Amino acid sequence: MSHTQEPQVTVLPPDKEKIKKLWTVAGILGAITALEFLIAFTMPHGTLKTAIFVGMTIVKAAYIVGEFMHLKYEAKVLLWSILIPMVFIVWMLVAFVYEGMKFSEINF
Amino acid sequence: MAHTSATTVSPGRSVWDGGVSPMGASYGKLMMWFFLLSDAFTFSALLITYGLVRSAHDAYTGTVEAFTFSPEYWPIPEKVFEAVPFLHGIELPLVFVGIMTFILIMSSVTMVLAVEAGHRMDKKAVEKWMLWTLLGGITFLACQAWEWTHFIVGTDTPTLVKDFVNGAWVTKEVTGASLSINQYGPSDFAGFFFFITGFHGFHVFSGVMFNFLIYYNTFTGVYERRGHYEMVEKVGLYWHFVDLVWVFVFTFFYLV
Repeated sequence: MSHTQEPQVTVLPPDKEKIKKLWTVAGILGAITALEFLIAFTMPHGTLKTAIFVGMTIVKAAYIVGEFMHLKYEAKVLLWSILIPMVFIVWMLVAFVYEGMKFSEINF
Repeated sequence: MAHTSATTVSPGRSVWDGGVSPMGASYGKLMMWFFLLSDAFTFSALLITYGLVRSAHDAYTGTVEAFTFSPEYWPIPEKVFEAVPFLHGIELPLVFVGIMTFILIMSSVTMVLAVEAGHRMDKKAVEKWMLWTLLGGITFLACQAWEWTHFIVGTDTPTLVKDFVNGAWVTKEVTGASLSINQYGPSDFAGFFFFITGFHGFHVFSGVMFNFLIYYNTFTGVYERRGHYEMVEKVGLYWHFVDLVWVFVFTFFYLV
């Protein structure tokens, strides 16, 4: 009986297509970040600028969660059990920022 | 394994009756997902509180060129974060934080390449990509250490800030920042900087520790003997989440 027996491991060749796709996603993330920089210095501060930034951030988040974290390809029930609770965050955001704007109207 | 279809049940039985994984993922991976969901709530609470306190303060209304630091209004982030190591005195707004963002995105890519290599049982490739991921994480932490140092030490010209000392208001020159007073704007501004980037930085630090563990276990052949590299995937999820949080911190703290 040999005690140095190593398990037989078959190494598969790299999945070229999958790797290429991952780099494409990385490229998209980089491009959006670069575009954010461009907007940061060419647009005046305001609601529109904030809205554009929030939109771009959500796009980036979707790529990271969907592709890098593989959520897009998981069972749909897993996808929704992660995404639906996000509603609470959106509500928290709306409620608190609204509250904050009310604060500024009060003269302490 | 995680990628097999798990919804085959005998007729008349539900997928939730037991014996199958209705979500098609292992216990460990599911729990990582739900931990990350709870962590997302924590980070959202921090960022939303930032939004609340920021909108409760007056905003700066003048032009960007004429901006000066004052505790009277919330500062424009691009005027606060404009320093880059070795380039003292040169205004490069958001450049350094942009580099940090790029580093973290790259380390996320190398992590997902390590996961891909793990699926193929390619030990050497997992080791290689884990080392790159570690390098990215450590570089990011080093950048953050510099950023914090610069924020705490401050710029060359101090700001006049009213402070309550021994029962009386005094106006004093302030450079840099602490939790109670800072030269950039209202006291809360520095508090949020320390809390939000600090909490994220601590996550990166933990991530680097986990990544090292994964690298070590790969190197010593633990996963090869186990027959799968699912641990790389689970820690990968955590690492991508850290990158994801940074995307939000970057937008809400530095850009908006």
